[in-house]
Amino acid sequence: MAAPPRPESLALLDRLMAALEARGIVTEAEIAERQANTDKASPETGARMVARAWTDPAYRALLLSDGTAAAERMGVSMAGAPPLGVLENTPARHHLVVCTLCSCYPRAVLGYPPGWYKSFAYRSRAVREPRAVLAEWGLNLPDSVEVRVVDSTADYRWMVLPMRPAGTEGWDEARLASIVTRDALVGVAVPKAG
Amino acid sequence: MSDAPRFAPGAAVRVKDDWPERRGPCHIRTPHYIRGRRGTVVRPLGAFANPEDLAFARPAPKRTLYHVLFEQEPLWHEGRPGDTVMVEVFEHWLEPVPATPVAAAAQEEA
Repeated sequence: MAAPPRPESLALLDRLMAALEARGIVTEAEIAERQANTDKASPETGARMVARAWTDPAYRALLLSDGTAAAERMGVSMAGAPPLGVLENTPARHHLVVCTLCSCYPRAVLGYPPGWYKSFAYRSRAVREPRAVLAEWGLNLPDSVEVRVVDSTADYRWMVLPMRPAGTEGWDEARLASIVTRDALVGVAVPKAG
Repeated sequence: MSDAPRFAPGAAVRVKDDWPERRGPCHIRTPHYIRGRRGTVVRPLGAFANPEDLAFARPAPKRTLYHVLFEQEPLWHEGRPGDTVMVEVFEHWLEPVPATPVAAAAQEEA
């Protein structure tokens, strides 16, 4: 648990909020709404989007061309959120997302980033030795697959569309979504049927 | 600066070998490991307010942002040939380069 905020910090926050409200920049209500949306966001949202894309070619096309619109289609409020881009894994290419400069992460569809995503170790190693990092996660990709590291450096946020694994034929969307983990949406893992 | 993108998909580019952090306080979104390196434009991603101005509350004109692809091996002198790194880079950090050494030689002779 983090230490409780100091009284002087809370007083400073009150003054900042009052100044922002006085200038018409943001209201308490807007901040509360954003906090609620952020708390509600979880990798299950991204997983539902992937499961829909695996079963609905039109949704898949939308997801790959306009991730923001695809998220909104699933009921996610993207107002004020950075644009979402989606990277398609194929038999020939595997994407791995990292933010080497800070910890940019598609929070609107994945929620809060895990601690390891923000760690110096992941941020410095994923971009330089991605295969070694993936191997430590238990993911050994054949040499025939291009590993494409995506360094999330600026205004977009990136999510991976993994490949639908064999053995999931006939599964409905809910069951498909249940095997799409947060790690698969970042690209450090791939979904498995079993 | 928010006009049509200067670089098309497939354009060969070089990231400027510039180190503004050595000149004073700054906020840049161009990681060190691609500066001075050659890459290929994948596609323009749209125009966004320049974070270098935004961070200091200066008027921030929009700049075109690109996805630029780099080969892993030349960046780090290690790694598997064919593996790549894709990075978001603002247009003012990019310079055009001839696509191939042959084209470079032809340009020098011209």
